[in-house]
Amino acid sequence: MFDFSIITSWVHGMLTSVMPLGLAVFIECVMVGVCLLLMYAVIAVVMIFMERKVCAAFQCRLGPVRVGFWGLLQVPADVLKMLTKEIITIRRSDKFLYNLAPYIVILASVLAFACLPVSKGLEVLDFNVGVFFLMAASSIGVVGILLAGWSSNNKYSLIGAMRSGAQMISYELSIGLSILTIIVLTDTMQFSEIVARQADGWFLFKGHIPALVAFVIYLIAGNAEVNRGPFDLPEAESELTAGYHTEYSGMHFGLFYVAEFVNLFIVAGVAATIFLGGWMPLHVAGWEGFNAVMDCIPGFVWFFGKAFFVVWLLMWIKWTFPRLRIDQILTLEWKYLVPIGLANLLLMVIVVVFKLHF
Amino acid sequence: MSNYIKGLFHGVGTLMTGMKVTMKEFFTPKVTEQYPENRATLKMYDRFCGELTMPHDAEGRNKCIACGLCQSACPNGTIRLTTETVADPETGKTKKRLALYEYDLGSCMFCHLCVNACPTGAIRFSTDFEHAVYTREKLVKQLNRQ
Repeated sequence: MFDFSIITSWVHGMLTSVMPLGLAVFIECVMVGVCLLLMYAVIAVVMIFMERKVCAAFQCRLGPVRVGFWGLLQVPADVLKMLTKEIITIRRSDKFLYNLAPYIVILASVLAFACLPVSKGLEVLDFNVGVFFLMAASSIGVVGILLAGWSSNNKYSLIGAMRSGAQMISYELSIGLSILTIIVLTDTMQFSEIVARQADGWFLFKGHIPALVAFVIYLIAGNAEVNRGPFDLPEAESELTAGYHTEYSGMHFGLFYVAEFVNLFIVAGVAATIFLGGWMPLHVAGWEGFNAVMDCIPGFVWFFGKAFFVVWLLMWIKWTFPRLRIDQILTLEWKYLVPIGLANLLLMVIVVVFKLHF
Repeated sequence: MSNYIKGLFHGVGTLMTGMKVTMKEFFTPKVTEQYPENRATLKMYDRFCGELTMPHDAEGRNKCIACGLCQSACPNGTIRLTTETVADPETGKTKKRLALYEYDLGSCMFCHLCVNACPTGAIRFSTDFEHAVYTREKLVKQLNRQ
């Protein structure tokens, strides 16, 4: 398994040999930030393209095929269009909050994105309470959505934002409980450690029944958390036009749109990291030759493969089920997912205490 | 409590059924037709209303009796019949006969009412749908050949 920290420490050594440490660290921060934003944008484009193709396949269509080979240039063309559109200001809106809201959403999204360990030695934010930080950072997004709904001075936006707030805060609980179930198994909150402990088997297999239940709960709650799938009533087109981003145009709308898709990727990436082993290849104890072959595939390929597989699962759910009503959403959360999550947590504690896991 | 658990498993079961359906759909061949590329192999459905035609047999005769029902059935005034009266040379009785059957494709809305109204089945819709021409006059077509 190739360790990317060789490259990063080589860059660090090069920089510190020609300039003081403070300046070198500053330049490294800028470089990491630029790389992160570039990856963010590329993943957003890939996700939008994948959404359109997968959605088309589930509806027995082909999806975009005209612009570029197999429709590959469709999303870049849409991005260019979005960039050139005018950003209108709404009369009698709260101008400052109206312009601030998309940036809060994108900020929360980028902070959470930075936590994902992409490959061995390629972790941007990696410290002992990484899981906590990820959940805290991703919760900032709801503030941006509420602000967007409030400042637009539009009833659709406000209703959409309120629904979104109720939904995201509720489902945060289930996400927390299902992640906590895995934390009980790992006894660490550091992402690199979580990945390292899955070297001899992914947690989905190691934790067997409770881990599987936690995985399913995580997928459902994650889908609700990013306002997608059957839980997309904050932006229910048939009732609220576009929900909290009704009044936004041009790139401000684009930021919401991009953040929504990258949040989906983040949910999938976290699921891949804590349940499916992140960048850790598939290892089967005893099969040395098989393990050696699996180790030849680079870590980031494993990570993106797993993450996009989970994204595909979430899209499958989204394009299968009709939208839930607000009371149904809250019933599902408070009467089903939370009690099951709590019981599941207890089950995992029993499994860990009596060493019933693999 | 037993209702809760039963409901939970029933719900999961029905959700799985739905996901099975979409999963099958994901792998079925797609129905999208890529039109200009597939012109050679394009197969239209029989009931598609493309353009009104009047079939003629080998001797160039059609079945139209010039009753004018299609003309009065048309909501858009698309069809215009011109008739002439001819006398039968043997019996001397006069009879209405079709002189000109004009069909304006430009104002047709392909509702199929004219074909429904026709008592003799003299007109029918073909599945030909490539109608683009440069002037509106070319859209007015004479259907009878004489």
